[in-house]
Amino acid sequence: MPHPASTAPHLSAQPHAVALRRAGQREQIGLLLLIVPAFVLIAGTMLVPVAWLFHLSFLSDEGRWSLEHYLRMWTQPSYLRTFRTTFEVSALTTGLCILLGYPLAYWLSELPRRTANLCMLAVLLPLWTSILVRTYAWLVLLQRKGLINNWGIGAGWWDEPIALVHNLTGTLIGMVHVMLPFMVLPLYSAMRAIDRDLLKAAANLGATPARSFWLVFLPLSMPGLATGALIVFIMSLGFYVTPAVLGGGKVIMVANQIATDIELFFNWGAASALGAVLLATTLLCIELARRLLGAAFVADAREAP
Amino acid sequence: MHLPEATVASGVQPNAPPMTTTASLPITIRQVTKRYGSMHALDHVDLDIRSGEFMTLLGPSGSGKTTLLSVLGGFTRPDAGSLRFGDREVVTTPPHERGVGMVFQNYALFPHMNVADNVGFALRLRQVARAEQSRRVERALEMVQLGGYGMRRVDQLSGGQRQRVALARAIVFEPRILLMDEPLSALDKQLREHMQIELRQLHEQLGMTTVYVTHDQREALTMSDRIAVIHQGRIVQLDTPRALYDRPVSRFVAEFIGESTLMPVTVERGVVRLGSQPLTLEAPAGADGARHLMVRPERLRLLPAGESGGGDPTDNRLSGHVRTVVFQGDSLLLQVTLAQGHGLSVRTGIREAGAAALQPGAPISLALAARDGVLLAPD
Repeated sequence: MPHPASTAPHLSAQPHAVALRRAGQREQIGLLLLIVPAFVLIAGTMLVPVAWLFHLSFLSDEGRWSLEHYLRMWTQPSYLRTFRTTFEVSALTTGLCILLGYPLAYWLSELPRRTANLCMLAVLLPLWTSILVRTYAWLVLLQRKGLINNWGIGAGWWDEPIALVHNLTGTLIGMVHVMLPFMVLPLYSAMRAIDRDLLKAAANLGATPARSFWLVFLPLSMPGLATGALIVFIMSLGFYVTPAVLGGGKVIMVANQIATDIELFFNWGAASALGAVLLATTLLCIELARRLLGAAFVADAREAP
Repeated sequence: MHLPEATVASGVQPNAPPMTTTASLPITIRQVTKRYGSMHALDHVDLDIRSGEFMTLLGPSGSGKTTLLSVLGGFTRPDAGSLRFGDREVVTTPPHERGVGMVFQNYALFPHMNVADNVGFALRLRQVARAEQSRRVERALEMVQLGGYGMRRVDQLSGGQRQRVALARAIVFEPRILLMDEPLSALDKQLREHMQIELRQLHEQLGMTTVYVTHDQREALTMSDRIAVIHQGRIVQLDTPRALYDRPVSRFVAEFIGESTLMPVTVERGVVRLGSQPLTLEAPAGADGARHLMVRPERLRLLPAGESGGGDPTDNRLSGHVRTVVFQGDSLLLQVTLAQGHGLSVRTGIREAGAAALQPGAPISLALAARDGVLLAPD
């Protein structure tokens, strides 16, 4: 039985049903309108140019449909080498970021929240300075007559200047410096979310600190580690400035190759094809990681001894 | 969901295979002290917990009861003191070598493991053979009425079920000491009251020394062999539930446990007086001076108007008038103002003679038995 008061204005069994539904729809439309500006911006500055570049990559220099830019990547060893370098440098950067970032994030997550926030600020500070400035700063520190070599030789630790820059070492130092916060942030928040009583429970049940780390803490921090590693790896794939400045022409990543193709050879088709392949492999990596790490997380610590 | 809170009503399953009776150990705590800055969380605590005893640490939040439990578990390092399980000094032993079971307040179940892996965690660390592991896990789960729940994920369980898993995990390796940190505080009232009885039965079945922390005095009274009331880092009274309720030694204990009314009285040459009225009490009056008289609301008996005593001739008669009457379902709670001017709470049955006539402003006579009045030092 409907409430007697509600039946008074309408004889229908569902008074105001139509008006109420309209009000709901109006609200939905209003919400949708909020994303219009962002959508227009992304479409205009991102989707359309990418589609245009994609289109270019399938045109030969004479303007006909052709796969020559893609075939060239396969047949010219220098292109293959570029891709291999890109993935190697990205993987090494990711690995180094994990080695440096995991203990750091753990330490931060054990601090009282206020202190941890202050320290986190120090971790984030580099993000607020221009990447170019940071990269050139490393050049000053690492070059043959840079601060580090001067100090090392001055202190008698080594006699000849060590090649710290214009090579893979320099590139990695610079990239790890840039990418470390992206590893620490997700790790830190995953670790913060781990209930410390779980570690107490593990200890109570007989786990040494090492066992409780392997069986409880590490599996539970896995989502943060996976997120951090994925972000670092994906972002590293597209690095340009750092390898350009600190690699000294010896570390040629895809982005550097693209720049060369355009600046030197005005070959938009080749550059576009490189970009398209990089984009495709990146997406492939994300999907692969999603499946692999998703499974790894579910498998958890059950396999442990 | 076929099992959860419904079977709960049946208590510990009678047909669950009995676990080998677990040996228990006495716990000896001597001069255990822990300071945080200038605050004494534990102030030279001495406590002997008997083998197989159900000991409750009861106190308000911040009293130090959880710190003491944490010292027993090895998670808090005291500044000084001795702690022995049986004959073994363990104060410097790390938690993973103490071999005590513990149920945490928020259960602390490993979210990345299923129920069986949670329960079997301790067995796996002790390298118990696989088959033996699963046999013992299943038996522990049956003891807490979760037989067949092994493959469930933790997040598929209700609060009460998680509580049971945590319990099974703590007893599966047959520890001789079991620690529990407010294990029922997250459950709703009905389930909590049921679990109290069930935990008690489980304790009787397994016989391990149990140390139970709670701030709920009713829970403490229901479950414990003895209760240690903790206040500001000290044990202020250690007694059986009945003794604690009937003979609190201080105003703090009297007010913390159960309902009570305190009234100022004086002692003169061995005679206790409320205002000018002399009272007969069993408790020794002690030296002259001011005291508090503590009275439990339900220990006061309503005297029908005009009746002069009736019961025991040593009963004290108090008269006054009713200020408010509150209906509480199973009883009436009265606020009475005595002739001497003191306020007093009285609890009486609904069907009690004369209860129907109780109205604000009505005169009232009450009987207080000599054994039911407790004298306390003035603060």
